[in-house]
Amino acid sequence: MTTPATTTQDSGREVRLEDLRRTYGDVHALDGLSLAVAPGRMLVLLGPSGCGKTTALRALAGLEEVDGGRVLVGGRDLTGVPASRRDMGMVFQAYSLFPHLTALENVAFGLRMRRVGASERRRRAGEALELVGLSGLAERFAGEMSGGQQQRVALARALAIRPSVLLLDEPLSALDARVRTQLREEIRRIQLEVGTTAVFVTHDQEEALAVADEVGVMSAGRLEQLAAPQEVYDRPATPFVAGFVGLTSRVPATVRDGRASTAGGEVPLLPGSVDAGSVDVLVRPEAVLVSRDDLADGAAGRVVHTSFLGALARVTLATDAGELLAQLPASAATGLGPGTPVTWSLAATPALAVPSET
Amino acid sequence: MAAVTGGTRPGSLGRRRRRRQAVQRWVVVAVTGVFFLLPLIAMVEFTTRAPSGSGRTLDVWRTLADVGRLSEQYPDLLDGVTASAGLVVLTVLLMLVLLVPTMIWVRLRLPWLRRPMEFACLLPLTVPAIVLVVGLAPVYAWVAYFLGPSSLTLCFAYTVLVLPYAYRAIDTGLSAIDVRTLSEAARSLGAGWFTVIARVVLPNIRSAVLSASFLSVALVLGEFTVANLLSRTNVQVAINLLGKRDPSISVAVSLTSLVIAFLLLLVLSLAGVRRRSRGPRRRPDQTVLAATPVQEIS
Repeated sequence: MTTPATTTQDSGREVRLEDLRRTYGDVHALDGLSLAVAPGRMLVLLGPSGCGKTTALRALAGLEEVDGGRVLVGGRDLTGVPASRRDMGMVFQAYSLFPHLTALENVAFGLRMRRVGASERRRRAGEALELVGLSGLAERFAGEMSGGQQQRVALARALAIRPSVLLLDEPLSALDARVRTQLREEIRRIQLEVGTTAVFVTHDQEEALAVADEVGVMSAGRLEQLAAPQEVYDRPATPFVAGFVGLTSRVPATVRDGRASTAGGEVPLLPGSVDAGSVDVLVRPEAVLVSRDDLADGAAGRVVHTSFLGALARVTLATDAGELLAQLPASAATGLGPGTPVTWSLAATPALAVPSET
Repeated sequence: MAAVTGGTRPGSLGRRRRRRQAVQRWVVVAVTGVFFLLPLIAMVEFTTRAPSGSGRTLDVWRTLADVGRLSEQYPDLLDGVTASAGLVVLTVLLMLVLLVPTMIWVRLRLPWLRRPMEFACLLPLTVPAIVLVVGLAPVYAWVAYFLGPSSLTLCFAYTVLVLPYAYRAIDTGLSAIDVRTLSEAARSLGAGWFTVIARVVLPNIRSAVLSASFLSVALVLGEFTVANLLSRTNVQVAINLLGKRDPSISVAVSLTSLVIAFLLLLVLSLAGVRRRSRGPRRRPDQTVLAATPVQEIS
């Protein structure tokens, strides 16, 4: 599909949140949140329910008042500016199309608010619908469209006004898995084509890692880590990030000279690790190597359970170090039934060391 | 399986039950019809009696149809009709202006106020009109002082009286849509609060607003106690006065106002049915009609 020229922007604006604070009674929804998004990039705010990610997005949109801090877009302080004057397009978690208007009228709504002439409005709304692949449904009402189509129209509506920032508040959470995957790729493609800065909120880590330029992992109103998806996964900054993004197993170890010595071998440590004494290292399933060869280097273990995930298999091991999760190619896991004795070791990929639980 | 071994076919059993249910339905419809129609038929009978006592005449209805003659012979009646017409318009306007933006605002910004507001709006239902008048009398002394003794000032009292019905109707309409998300979407697209209410929320609760308006119309057209006790006039007060002078014309006017109120409610119900039958173009306000008190009344 070709991109209509008029919907393409030169670039987005830089978004900067400085020390945002928002309290509801005793709960700190935002506890000094600061972050920056470069122009044209997509930041995904990821975190569990109640971590403050939606509050942060709503504060950025002007739909939520903040107790302290600043919201800057393109260097301009928007903290006290009402939502209607912030020039941001937003796609909501709940279906938000105006039920009394057609898809085309919905998309044209923001342009009408900006007093764009009728013919220009119609043309731009049509282009935005074309961008999301729904020009054929222009005359349909929300009640006549599927959830995925409604969210596409909502995206077109947000983009039609050529916003300085595109905000997406869990736009896919009401959709089924297949449509969700399809639409998240489409959102990313369109964001790259249009070039607008985008902030996407989700609690789905797969979604976050798939579409983001940068992932901001939030917990208790604070940013735990802000980095590229690969870095968040490979080099988690805190135990929370390691536990929330991807799977980890805790392996007892002793730290000496910046390396952790475990029953399955030595692993280098990530910055932020506990640097001495008895610790637990948090290891990813793919860093746990499994062999059926008794003579291989490593420690002994026994298979508890094997789950096949298509091309990969996830194996749960019972070891002296506790229960470990390993991830192997499905072909390598053939015959690893419950009770199979194996030897396990750890790949020399950097891991985070946290205080021992025992 | 006992029924089968007993030799009775389930199909014939079902048919018999259906027939019995149909008969029961018709009996209920017939009894209800007689209950409601009998007084109306009696009214028609009364208004068509010849003064001599034997035979029928349409003189009363001819008088009613001739506005010039009517105003000449019964000036109070025309005053009452005019006052009621004005009161209908003013009450509906005042109710909508007060209630709709307030309810939307409470839903969006002050959700904790929803229950107290509902309680306050439903309160007039529990206060008998006569008690209400006792409380309103001193207030109306001030109203008369500032605005004069016009019957149109009754619109303030009537707005209070229609609150319970209007509140329920509009509340049902607002519950059928996601007011918060729709208004936030509109605001993020550049709409101010007035635009949000006028262009986004109101069109989606149109049926609820219509229901509230028609209920208010029906209530205002039928109100007697407050107007009479506050020494104002409206169509019911005029009919009451007329009843003392000319019972036939009084009953004819009563019947006419009943039919007009019925037709108003019928129009609303039919409008709802027509919109529902429009097929896939379902809009949220269509669901409102089924739940509004208008349906219960009609």
